[in-house]
Amino acid sequence: MEQYISVTGIAAPIMQINIDTDQIIPALYLGGTDAKGYGAHLFANWRFLADGAPNPDFILNQSPYTQAVVLLADRNFGCGSSRERAPKAMREFGLRAVIAPSFGDIFFNNCFRNGIVPVALPIEHIRQLVQAVEDSAGKINITVDLQTKKVSLPDSLSFNFEVPETLRIMLLSGVDEIDQTLSYQNEIEVFRAADKSRRPWAYLAPTVTLPA
Amino acid sequence: MSNPQTFFEKVWLDHVIKQMGGGTALLQIDRLVLHELSGSQAVRALAQANRKPFSRGQVFTVIEHLISTRPGRGPTDSVSVSGPSMIEGTRLASKKWGLNFIDYNDPRQGIAHVVATELGIAFPGSTLVCCDSHTSTVGAVGALAWGIGASEAEHVLATQALAQMRPKTMRINFNGQLSQGVYAKDMILALIGKIGANGGIGYATEFAGSAVRSMSIEGRATLCNMSIEFQSKYGFVAPDDVTLDYLHGREFSPTGAAWDQAANYWRALPTDEGAQFDREVDFDCSNLKPQVTWGTSPEQVLNIDGRIPDPSIQKDSESRLEAQRALDYMQLTPGMALEGLPVDVAYIGSCTNARLSDLRAAAEILKGHKVKPGIQAICVPGSTPVKRAAEAEGLDTIFKDAGFEWHESACGFCGHIGDNRFANLRTISTTNRNFKGRQGPQTRTHLASPATVAASAIAGCIKQAGRS
Repeated sequence: MEQYISVTGIAAPIMQINIDTDQIIPALYLGGTDAKGYGAHLFANWRFLADGAPNPDFILNQSPYTQAVVLLADRNFGCGSSRERAPKAMREFGLRAVIAPSFGDIFFNNCFRNGIVPVALPIEHIRQLVQAVEDSAGKINITVDLQTKKVSLPDSLSFNFEVPETLRIMLLSGVDEIDQTLSYQNEIEVFRAADKSRRPWAYLAPTVTLPA
Repeated sequence: MSNPQTFFEKVWLDHVIKQMGGGTALLQIDRLVLHELSGSQAVRALAQANRKPFSRGQVFTVIEHLISTRPGRGPTDSVSVSGPSMIEGTRLASKKWGLNFIDYNDPRQGIAHVVATELGIAFPGSTLVCCDSHTSTVGAVGALAWGIGASEAEHVLATQALAQMRPKTMRINFNGQLSQGVYAKDMILALIGKIGANGGIGYATEFAGSAVRSMSIEGRATLCNMSIEFQSKYGFVAPDDVTLDYLHGREFSPTGAAWDQAANYWRALPTDEGAQFDREVDFDCSNLKPQVTWGTSPEQVLNIDGRIPDPSIQKDSESRLEAQRALDYMQLTPGMALEGLPVDVAYIGSCTNARLSDLRAAAEILKGHKVKPGIQAICVPGSTPVKRAAEAEGLDTIFKDAGFEWHESACGFCGHIGDNRFANLRTISTTNRNFKGRQGPQTRTHLASPATVAASAIAGCIKQAGRS
């Protein structure tokens, strides 16, 4: 996992509820075998007009929000499809954190694996952040600090937040999640042996014979 | 009982390999199901990291997301430009690694969540994950199943385990008896309307109550399928006789003495008397009417005889703005009657509502009738076994005589992957999402039960079944 301590930068408010992952990246752009190439399609149906030209009314097409590293949104952000290319597209665009009152659960987990921290704050706090952004014509820098679990504005507001501790530690250390789990291989094997005698039906032998 | 437990607690604790602190546990995963869209990403990432599947007998791959539904389809046919490479990539990796692979032409093929119950891949008290948010569909047979991302799937491939934060528990008690012409789809849509599209965030949801107990596995699958639409990643029905009768004799179900042993274990899983949930919701089904969505979130739903609500009735300013945006997108105005609204497309398909009982309910209404000229009417069965069973009963003839297209099984037109057939059109659909653009560019989707979709196809407008 890519190491993540804190980020500071421009924040773009898209204060809508129920922004689903079909909006973040439409299914049309999920294909392909490349690991990258999704940022161009972030919010494709909102960011571009029918003829493919940038939609001047959409905030991420407007300066300084074209440089946004933080997204501010209303409740249930990232609901819907499990597509991991939603946070991938956000990351490629340059976003590193999204602050909303609540998140789609699958999206929430996917964020951590793609260098994005989803921060849950009460809507009143988010409105204060939005106000500060608007008062500064977008120029104010917001910091999301995973080490101290704080969202802050320069010399003014500061809000504490919580994220699952295991995921936080993983991001702070940058450890590979699979390597970490494989380091528990002994515990996994012990568990599986005991479980297999208790629930043998859960353990299927391979049905396909592989060439030696 | 000294320490009464919920079904969820029993299954969760059964799978904890290691407590990781902060409410997170490393869980044993009994079944990993992958499809050629997100699953192929996980498979490729694993190969690139030079790793191999940890327990290939517990991994299933199914071709269903991108493969064409066209009758006579070939092995890589897809309306998605990247479909052929993703299908072929999944096929090759499945063969190379010796996974349980169900190809496009396998008689068992179908939408992963339909296949997983039909074959007994999912079973009571199992943990099952798949790169698809509707994975909880298989909670219908008492599995604890949830959707994951491609990175999490790669992790499960490599370790057959996954760390998850333990959710809170919620029980929905669907009480009373459904009226004639009202279905599981109407129950779940009405529930989402009541508790909201974010009503289940952070919860694992048990569906219970008399209306669930008297329901078939197929109806339960429709309920569990849409738990993610109120943002509960996990949705399930604890096992009972209906579950055991359904699973007995399925391809991957235990047999003989092993079946008896498993059945005994499964019978002890339901929630104990007196067990506590973090939240309980009672829902009376006895006066429930057919439901149809009017907006761009499943929570924007109405009785079929209702009128489009004025945004001003919404509880907060963001909901009011959201309702107005939905009306603009859907090209509707407050006060309009939902029934009688002309539609362009009638679609029966998806993991929500394309099992045999769904096709039977639609066929009963279509029999002896014709789809209104100009309406595109399409049926994509949920699995190839569903399609074959429907054909054996002559349902395909009823559908085709009425003017429906009869397709091969796959995820089909539930999501827009490249076919622009529904662009700028209004659909009534048995699927699960009415999000903007979900079924195509500017497509306006109304979600409903198969019976309502069939009646609307004949009328050419939104129409309640069984009413003249």
